[in-house]
Amino acid sequence: MADTTVIGAASSGWAGKVSDALWRRPTLFLLLLLAPPALWLGVIYLGSLFALLAQSFFSIDEFSGLIKYELTLKTYRELLIPANLDIIVRTTSMAAAVTLASAIIAFPIAYFAARYARGRWKALFYLGVMLPLWSSYLVKVYAWKLILAKEGILNWLFGKLHLTWVLEALLSVPVIGGNSLSVSYTGTFLVFVYVWLPFMVLPMQAALERVPASYLEASADLGAIPFQTFRNVVFPLALPGIIAGSIFTFSLTLGDYIIPQIIGSSRLFIGQAVYAHQGTAGNIPLAAAFTVVPVVIMGFYLWMAKRKGAFDAL
Amino acid sequence: MRSDGATGAPVALKVGAGAGLLFMHLPVLLIFVYAFTTEDRTYQWPPPGFTLKWLAVTWNRPDVWEALQLSVKVASISTVVALVLGTLCAAAVSRTAFFGREVISLLVILPIALPGIITGIALRSAFNLADIPFSFWTIVLGHATFCVVVVYNNAVARFRRTAGSLVEASMDLGANGFQTFRYVVLPNIATALLAGGMLAFALSFDEVIVTTFTAGQQATLPIWMLEELVRPRQRPVTNVVAMVVVLVTFVPILAAYYLTQGGGSLRPERQSDRV
Repeated sequence: MADTTVIGAASSGWAGKVSDALWRRPTLFLLLLLAPPALWLGVIYLGSLFALLAQSFFSIDEFSGLIKYELTLKTYRELLIPANLDIIVRTTSMAAAVTLASAIIAFPIAYFAARYARGRWKALFYLGVMLPLWSSYLVKVYAWKLILAKEGILNWLFGKLHLTWVLEALLSVPVIGGNSLSVSYTGTFLVFVYVWLPFMVLPMQAALERVPASYLEASADLGAIPFQTFRNVVFPLALPGIIAGSIFTFSLTLGDYIIPQIIGSSRLFIGQAVYAHQGTAGNIPLAAAFTVVPVVIMGFYLWMAKRKGAFDAL
Repeated sequence: MRSDGATGAPVALKVGAGAGLLFMHLPVLLIFVYAFTTEDRTYQWPPPGFTLKWLAVTWNRPDVWEALQLSVKVASISTVVALVLGTLCAAAVSRTAFFGREVISLLVILPIALPGIITGIALRSAFNLADIPFSFWTIVLGHATFCVVVVYNNAVARFRRTAGSLVEASMDLGANGFQTFRYVVLPNIATALLAGGMLAFALSFDEVIVTTFTAGQQATLPIWMLEELVRPRQRPVTNVVAMVVVLVTFVPILAAYYLTQGGGSLRPERQSDRV
């Protein structure tokens, strides 16, 4: 009697056979699923990365300009000469400044969107961050070229408000100043903050949305003034989100070579140095060694972020 | 502190949030004004006058059309590759816990977590080592690599939200694996894939850093724009192209938003959404 309904009968046709076989061997199925992406990312992408890394251990012959294929740390020593060290310090400081400024500007947006915005406003805030996040990078940079141009809107605005002296005072400050905004670090900084800001807002908002309102009420009930609540309750809970966002702002600034090339002084950033060394100079080993710098910095950064639990906020 | 919604926001917070949003949007809006200016030699503000002439001039430029065509082709093929790879990866990661699962998710995120210039120069030197000439396909290869992550993120969020019992039910009712995929899994993840695909398209369409390393003589639209940024020759045409790019990229972003209804486009779903 029990045999009339056959549970798990072999399916007919090749499709049935194949799917039965895979169902019985989950590991094989998993391997089949993973094979194409693992091959693409693991072989092509990681392979290229390691090939690049390997080249940083070669050096270039000063006389012939050809690459010497023997293992050496000479190229890394070259990385430590003052001119190159300058580039590394400059880029890292810029990345840190951009990250800090983005965090400060992003916080009110993220906090308002997470706590107070409801319904239509919530959607508006979400799109208000998503649209600039996904809109064209070059167009955003181009917009700032228009804004910062000598005959552009910013100078016009300062002139109309009779505040040109403020701008001139700012530009006469040694490091951050320059002949005009479009060739100064201030200009580069502004564009970096503008372009990477949305990457900070989203993870921050995600983290803030997870802070229960009752915590804030409890904090207030216990007598904390708003600043104390921020300092001791909101900020520590939002920190994973801030770190998650800072992964983007930091990493993207470290590797960018287009923004400082278009808006900024002629002093190089890591990305520009890499570009210059691999291109016209043909010094692939030094270019490769330069790329190791952001990789090491980001590796360290990601390791710290993971310890702080930032990946759950991504 | 009250918890009764929008009324409770302090003024300073409202001002800060509003100013932040304006900062994110005004610069791009400025391009819309410049696209119609009569001034063609400088970036003069305020514009001396307005004209529609540059729209027609841009329309008749073959180099812009060629760049646009190349960008669309590259983005379409990269999106297809990313859809396949991203979905496979998401299916594997979300269904089973296996050794090295963390490694796989890290591997997928790496191409956008590392600065684009590293991906670019790594691929370029690999192509050089392997004697692969730069072509349309080398661009696609680079783009697909970093597009996988957006598809993956969307798909993984949806897979987690889809109850595993649906698949089991389908199997119990006699469907084989392919039928289950076609009639149960695919309809469930379709909108997530569409959203991921559109974002991948937008990402590829806009990419410039990796492209400068993996393209030979071809100019995608971003490469064309980059040349104009470095050495401005056709300011009015660039203005119009920039405006059109803004308008065109808005479409997939808005569509992706409505498809996922506010969740999971850049970040995977949150703990509370899990079934």
